[in-house]
Amino acid sequence: MSAESLILFFIVGAFLVGIALLFSSYIPPTSTNPQKAETYECGIPTEGLSWLQFNVGYYLFAIIFLVFDVETVFIFPWAKVMKEAGMRGFVEIVIFFFILGIGLLYAWKKGALKWE
Amino acid sequence: MGSGFIIYKFILASLILIISLVVAMYSTLIERKMAGFFQDRFGPDRAGPWGIFQPLADGIKLFFKEEFMPNTADKFLYILGPSLTMLIALLTSAAIPWGGDMVINGKVYPLQVADINIGILYIFAIVSIGVYGIMIGGWASNNKFALLGAIRASSQMISYELAMSLAIIAVVMMTGSLSLKDIVDSQKGINWNVWYQPAAFIIFLVCAFAECNRSPFDLPECETELVGGYHTEYSSMKLGFYLFSEYINMFISSAVMATLFFGGYHFPFEDSLGLSPNALAAVGFLVLFIKITFLGFIFMWVRWTLPRFRYDQLMRLGWKALIPLAIVNIIITGVVILIKQG
Repeated sequence: MSAESLILFFIVGAFLVGIALLFSSYIPPTSTNPQKAETYECGIPTEGLSWLQFNVGYYLFAIIFLVFDVETVFIFPWAKVMKEAGMRGFVEIVIFFFILGIGLLYAWKKGALKWE
Repeated sequence: MGSGFIIYKFILASLILIISLVVAMYSTLIERKMAGFFQDRFGPDRAGPWGIFQPLADGIKLFFKEEFMPNTADKFLYILGPSLTMLIALLTSAAIPWGGDMVINGKVYPLQVADINIGILYIFAIVSIGVYGIMIGGWASNNKFALLGAIRASSQMISYELAMSLAIIAVVMMTGSLSLKDIVDSQKGINWNVWYQPAAFIIFLVCAFAECNRSPFDLPECETELVGGYHTEYSSMKLGFYLFSEYINMFISSAVMATLFFGGYHFPFEDSLGLSPNALAAVGFLVLFIKITFLGFIFMWVRWTLPRFRYDQLMRLGWKALIPLAIVNIIITGVVILIKQG
């Protein structure tokens, strides 16, 4: 039941977005010239493409995020059955958190979480 | 599953989508009015009494503005970016219970599009796709400012997503369910989660600011250094999509917070009032909206009060304060639950 509802919701939402897109690409006036279609860079002609290298720090954070996000997904099932799993489940998850914490601490000490 | 079911779901879906669009439109007016109040000026007051037609005028202006893209942009991705952001912002509301069950002619009609048993995970999944919309749009415009804004946005959003989901885990532990409806029903009366989980609520609130790219975390679009941020090259309705989705996200995250921490559509003494189920659902819907308005007010209040963070401060807050705090909160919650169980 809920899957069908979600698909229906998606269709209605996509319809709304599509209508707005279609409307705005056909109704308003259009006129273009080479200067207008230039990339904006404070009035100065832009140098080369903008798809260039960027700070590796962003990449580092993305990698750490990936590790931690997957581990969060592991914690959700435990949180659901937490009351039934009782003491044993809790001790196990604390061990899991301990390993997670060591990972975070390692990244912290290595300076991976420091933005520069 | 008959045609009646499809029609009912269709009406409900359209209603929810239209309500979120209208709320997003009018929160722009409220935001500008509040900015005026905080800065001791009037705010928009020309279009109609109290500027009431201002959002309509803005919407019409965005619709009829000329649309052009830079000739170096990646055409397909340039259109995909804002559309995806808008669609994702709209889809989040599917799992939120907007009210109790309506009963018409002996049939039960829940005021929720889909009562998914993994409601919270669904919302997280959808929200994390939202990063792609900004990233694609910023990258495809082939503009240095837009690229920087997009990278900043994605880095910030993934960092705060972690703390957000860790904060939610404490709530899930208390309720023992991932369904938003179950979580709401466990907070009947004034038994709200925010009394038991204040730390989780604060973490979630801060992360919600960051996820919506709202001030003080609006580095992806900070005017003083990045012109317009990831939407520098956008115009017309595509720009409108980006601006609109920010307000829709604000509305939806207020709704999620009201649902998770403030009892959703429940209000004190609802059983002793002797209302019929339909009246109760209607009042519950209004109560939920009052809660959402209050949380939305906090969003705007913070925006016009606090200055913007620096990027290293933002990362430090996310990784070195919120994530460890959320983990400690989970462990303390676990210990307390186990002690209570005996």
